[in-house]
Amino acid sequence: MTIFDEWDAPREPWMLPGACRRGRTRRLLLEVAARTLFPTMLVFSLYLLLVGHYSPGGGFAAGLVAGLAFVLRHIAGGSVGFGMPVPVRPPVVIGSGLAIAVLTALVPLLVGSPALSSAKLAVDIPLLGPVSAQTSLFLDIGVYLLIVGVVVDLLRSLGAGIERDMREAEEWLP
Amino acid sequence: MTALIALPVLLPILGAAITVIGSRSPTLQRVVGVVVLLAVSAIAVVLLVESDARGPLVAELGGWAAPVGISLVADRLSALLLLVSALVTLAVLVYAIDQRIADYGRGTVSTTFHPMYLMLSAGVSLAYLTGDLFTLFVAFEIMLTASYVLITRRTSAAKIRAGMTYVTVSLLSSLLFLTAIGLVYAATGTVNLADLAGRIELLPPGLVTVLGLMLLVVFGIKAAMVPLHFWLPDSYPNAPGPVAALFAGLLTKVGFYAMLRTQTLLFHREEPWTLLLVLSVATMLVGALGALAQNDVNRLLSFLLVSHIGFMLFGLAVFDAAGVSGAALYAAHHITVLATLFLVSGLITRRTGTVALDRMGGLARTAPGLAVLFAIPALTLAGVPPTAGFVAKLALLQAGVAAGPWTTAVAGVVIIASLLTLYALARVWVRVFWGEPKPALPDDDPDDEVVVGTAERTPVPMYAATAGLVAVSLAIAVFAGPLSAVTGRAGVDLLDREPYRTAVLGVGP
Repeated sequence: MTIFDEWDAPREPWMLPGACRRGRTRRLLLEVAARTLFPTMLVFSLYLLLVGHYSPGGGFAAGLVAGLAFVLRHIAGGSVGFGMPVPVRPPVVIGSGLAIAVLTALVPLLVGSPALSSAKLAVDIPLLGPVSAQTSLFLDIGVYLLIVGVVVDLLRSLGAGIERDMREAEEWLP
Repeated sequence: MTALIALPVLLPILGAAITVIGSRSPTLQRVVGVVVLLAVSAIAVVLLVESDARGPLVAELGGWAAPVGISLVADRLSALLLLVSALVTLAVLVYAIDQRIADYGRGTVSTTFHPMYLMLSAGVSLAYLTGDLFTLFVAFEIMLTASYVLITRRTSAAKIRAGMTYVTVSLLSSLLFLTAIGLVYAATGTVNLADLAGRIELLPPGLVTVLGLMLLVVFGIKAAMVPLHFWLPDSYPNAPGPVAALFAGLLTKVGFYAMLRTQTLLFHREEPWTLLLVLSVATMLVGALGALAQNDVNRLLSFLLVSHIGFMLFGLAVFDAAGVSGAALYAAHHITVLATLFLVSGLITRRTGTVALDRMGGLARTAPGLAVLFAIPALTLAGVPPTAGFVAKLALLQAGVAAGPWTTAVAGVVIIASLLTLYALARVWVRVFWGEPKPALPDDDPDDEVVVGTAERTPVPMYAATAGLVAVSLAIAVFAGPLSAVTGRAGVDLLDREPYRTAVLGVGP
């Protein structure tokens, strides 16, 4: 029981009484759902990212799913402690994603292939066995980071304004 | 060699990524921007020399062959315009960097300016190099999206409202472009330009006319062809000096390049195109007459910009090798000279504190160097011998006179529009540089990007960048012989179409 408590105990002051916005605007159902769904959606987005080459998915779709996870979290919990899930500034995420994508396009030039060419990589990973991936996966990873960065940046810039407007509106309520 | 073709697109995007990551280090941002654009200029020189020697160079992205995959094509026309655009982008960036250092201090950083500037440069390069109608749309979107940010950042509400006109019109034309691409694809089953060149001819003539006119309207909006020019004089003057110079130099010419490329490659004609002749006359006259009525120096330059788009449209409307090559030469000259004039206008505004012609004067006495920097591009734009403008205009006039009585008549309009241009610029000269020196007016909006009336804080590199562009335009005049030989061969290739198609599709069909 104690192990379970430690394992499952909230480690960050996210959506807890005291660290959250005022009681009036809290939605318990939404907060519980967001707490459950947030990690699930992130894992699902990674799944979409990895299977994207042959199945529905890919960097863009995966990035949108991950972005939606952040949007859900923002709607439920507000921007309090928003810096925590992403300890780097959103512009850095956007820039890194773009850089990874462009480098993926440029690297084939070094080996004499046309830009944006892709090759199949096959590696034996212990426990997982033989794993194969296209090098275009790196392009997808770049796109993924780019989309997530853009969504988080939008939430940071526009979301803060929305919250301010809501607070101002509440002051006028009876 | 083909490895180089993708670099003018990819390097600026990589530069944009680095400047976003390093958005807290202003020095890194400046160095990356200048280095990337220097590299693009060098690559453009190599591409121009190689494509002139060996015919169009083709790179197939991802190794997928032409009708299926996306090809990038560097032929003489695209390599020449790429080179001129890269030089202009570089000079304007140097100007902008030093203006920002002078006005906001060396430590000022921006997460948007440098990345968006480089993305715009990437979009311009992609528009020149792409051999695919849909990728051309993507290139326009990259370019325009970056330009939306550059025109509306750090400015006042009134100017954002003016910028909205630009955004709305551009979005509308993009929507029309996408519709046209959809129709082209539905009719032919391909969007590869080289492949389309053979397939469009097999369609019913009515459908070909509709597709040709749709693309003419789309690129006519982007190139500011009368009567689709109304957005330009309202939006460009509201942008900060360097941004206006970049837009005036590049964006409309990219629109014209796309028009030139699609009309010659897809909608081949044997004789002059009457509709475009009429539109070019309207563009030349409306622009030049509009310029005469302006008191705001930037609005005046914007109307002259519209007027001179008409000159290039005239070259295309003649629709023979001489006319098309004249239009290409004119575009190369026009990119440099308009960017220079807008940069000079920025320098004038810093000295006078206003853009109103009737509230400034005597700059020839207080700033003789600035007078020289204005006089040379002004004479070039008016086409006074022996400047680059004269060389380019002469090529257009010769093509017009050789093509028949109607085009000869339009060539007469070219001369009238040139004289009106000279008159409009002489008005600027008299109002700004002659007369009694007037004191600088205070900045009416200190918060926005445009800082005016601060001549003593104008750093030397801003003048140097402007002088560099003047030197480029003088170089066009000095090397007029070899350059018009290159554009002459480009014109023959554009009308012949076989070199382009063979290079992209492999053996001829």
